[in-house]
Amino acid sequence: MTARQLRVAAVEPLTPLVTRFRFECPEGGSLPLFSGGAHVVVEMPDDGVLRRNAYSLISDPMDGSGYDIAVRREDAGRGGSRFMHTRVAVGDLLRIGAPVNLFALDLTARKHVLIAGGIGITPFVSQLKQLQRLQLPFELHYAARSRAEAAGLRLLPDLPQVHLHLSGEGKRIDPAVILQGQPLGTHVYTCGPQALIDRVAEVAAQKGWPRAALHAEAFLAPPTGAPFTVTLARSGLKIEVSPHQSLLEAIEAAGVDAPWLCRGGACGQCETEVIACHGRIDHHDHWLSDSDHAANTKIMPCVSRFQGAELILDR
Amino acid sequence: MPRTEFTPSITTRPVYPGLSPVPGAAALMLADASGAEALIELALQDAALIAAAHVIYIPEGAPFGAALAALHPKHYHEGPSFSAILPRFRKALLDAHMGTRLYLAGSETLIGLAMAEALAAGLPVDAIQSDHRGSIARRMQCVHCKGITEGVTTDPFTCSHCGLTLFVRDHYSRRLAAFQGVCVDAETPGIVPELQEIKP
Amino acid sequence: MTIQFNDETFRDDYTFRNSAEAIRRFPFPFDRDSYMYSVNMEPHKGGREGSPFEKRFDVDEHYVAEMRDRAITLTEDPLRCQSLPHMELAGWDLLDLIMQSKAEDYPDLFSLQRDGNQWHWINRPLGIDQRFTFLDATTLPCGPMEYITRQAQGDFAVLDQREGNLWMDAGMVTSQADWSLDFDIGMNFFEWHAPVPRAAEMGVFQRALKFLLNVQQGSPARRLNWTMTVNPRLDTSPENYHKWGPEKRTITPENVGKKQFLRVELQTFWRLPRSNALAFPIRCYLISLEDLVTVPKWGRRLHRVLRDLPEDLAAYKGFAVNRPMIVDYLARFDDGAETSPGIFAD
Repeated sequence: MTARQLRVAAVEPLTPLVTRFRFECPEGGSLPLFSGGAHVVVEMPDDGVLRRNAYSLISDPMDGSGYDIAVRREDAGRGGSRFMHTRVAVGDLLRIGAPVNLFALDLTARKHVLIAGGIGITPFVSQLKQLQRLQLPFELHYAARSRAEAAGLRLLPDLPQVHLHLSGEGKRIDPAVILQGQPLGTHVYTCGPQALIDRVAEVAAQKGWPRAALHAEAFLAPPTGAPFTVTLARSGLKIEVSPHQSLLEAIEAAGVDAPWLCRGGACGQCETEVIACHGRIDHHDHWLSDSDHAANTKIMPCVSRFQGAELILDR
Repeated sequence: MPRTEFTPSITTRPVYPGLSPVPGAAALMLADASGAEALIELALQDAALIAAAHVIYIPEGAPFGAALAALHPKHYHEGPSFSAILPRFRKALLDAHMGTRLYLAGSETLIGLAMAEALAAGLPVDAIQSDHRGSIARRMQCVHCKGITEGVTTDPFTCSHCGLTLFVRDHYSRRLAAFQGVCVDAETPGIVPELQEIKP
Repeated sequence: MTIQFNDETFRDDYTFRNSAEAIRRFPFPFDRDSYMYSVNMEPHKGGREGSPFEKRFDVDEHYVAEMRDRAITLTEDPLRCQSLPHMELAGWDLLDLIMQSKAEDYPDLFSLQRDGNQWHWINRPLGIDQRFTFLDATTLPCGPMEYITRQAQGDFAVLDQREGNLWMDAGMVTSQADWSLDFDIGMNFFEWHAPVPRAAEMGVFQRALKFLLNVQQGSPARRLNWTMTVNPRLDTSPENYHKWGPEKRTITPENVGKKQFLRVELQTFWRLPRSNALAFPIRCYLISLEDLVTVPKWGRRLHRVLRDLPEDLAAYKGFAVNRPMIVDYLARFDDGAETSPGIFAD
């Protein structure tokens, strides 16, 4: 993973819970460009724990002068967003990875329908800029509770194709209405709570939409859970995974090199063979098949956890 | 006419798994003489599907028109050839919404041409079902002159445009709705293998 | 070091030649005495000084003549360069990548000045001086992919990434080994590889695709592929097979060393930033057997590889008919001595 040290150039609260951070090259100069929907991984040295969280880029993909991200503070989370909100200030240096896109626009589409719920608006901010630049037909539907909580309002252009659905004002988002009457070649992209993603998929299936026309940002924050012990057979190590640490982070903390890309159970890079499993793997990923999950012969250490007597991995 | 069973081949050689109704989705159906019975069988599985469907039929002298019309599709149209029904088919695609399923039945050429039209109109490939029945004659593109020779039943065959002797590959382009024909005697002009009938 | 560009042809009188330096730096593809399909990827981050792996886009003594040959092929058949409508952004990405790389890696040959979207490109070997507006195709004489690949050696496939697959949706293909861009455009990774024998059952393409889908920006990869060609011909297209096919039968024991060429493809893979597409340049290097055996290790090894190659692979690579003559010729340069590991000359 090619990461570089960037300087925090701006910290701006968008709502009480969501803050925008801007990163620039300390020595000036241009950063690699990216495509709409791309994310970067931010490294956070948090009191001896190295956290790596993925955030969608919300700046213009064609502008290499800096990277912007929007971080929602999750107080019940593992601490990454809290670190960003409480410990990061203008002038700080943080290591940021190269942009990766696991939620790209399908440029063969005739029309793009973007559906966002809450902080799920972030990947669409850069996608909108790309769609406008390419002059492609689109509509965006953004669901939030209230104007005060809708961080996206500060990030979205004022266009007739941008529709706001505020449940607090009685305008709940209805995927059935959005998917109705869309022309052939329309693709739908959903990012937000799992319930919204599931609802869009369900409505699309009812209406006969093929799966290839549906896209969802299936990123997960690694869940917390009870601590557990894992044996890394190739490295000859036995490691402890603490409640607020992912298995991948624990592997890294033990000094063992493991491949990764999204750290959210979606890209498949960190897939690891299970040599022995006496207990239950809590699979949280979107990568492995149901039969893989049932067989317990593979694990995605970025998001999945374990309960039981013994777990031995080929790592 | 029964479904054609093809011998296993390379990835690009199209396969035609047959038609099965997708309930609830709007339907556009297209069949020629050899495929008409596949639509009638589909109606036996799901009468409501065909009642709401737009059915286009190319009879080529076969007697299935009355039986298809008796299924009372929402729209029913007969035309004498693919090129004759094409403007109507294109209009149906233009008016269609996402969720529409396309059901194709009949010769490989009909399925291939209709599929290429539908894909170009933006219909996703997994919204298309097909059932191959009847002739296994192939639509061949000459890789040299780019001309299409219809109804090829032998390997090798003569390109109807440039006259080269071409062998029949299983490599197929959905965009062109054609198999690839390549000069069989390029290295040894005039030395041509024995003519064989194409097999399924 | 300034490159002396050859005045040479890749058709008709075939005046193509390799200098002693070009022979020395030839990308010999076999790292052992046998060959089997493999993914054999490695990072494309430089390589031995003077080798074709050193720069991002290698420019050598054949540059000007290859670009002249490409122009002839395109005049005869414009379908060798095609781009589906959604691939224009990827074309600009490719233009950006090649212009920046060449200007930085060969400052004596190429220069690029950028002022916002106002770009000024100078290609000294080809005598080109072009001012244009980046992302505005009306300011170039042709589309961005065609423009830059008329100035870059090797074929170029530009692959769209969607549905967990790669799609051959744009390309400049004038020196291919037996595949037609015009026929294959729009196909996915498994479809355009469908005619390769035995590959599907070996699962090699599954593994290759998985690797390629994860190629990241700033971390390009590369691999070598190879075949055999009679005469130093770049345009070995299926389109013109009936024209060049007869040449394949002109090999004799007397001329095999001069007329039979090993053809090596240096394939590289680049994630493109704005489009998320994957650029797949396929750079072709040719060397006659006669020149190749001047490196004793290569003569020994090529003999063993070709002698032991399964017949269906020899047929797929298109040289089964000439294999006995090639192997007999190479046997004269194989004393049975052990060869050192790796591709480079001793």
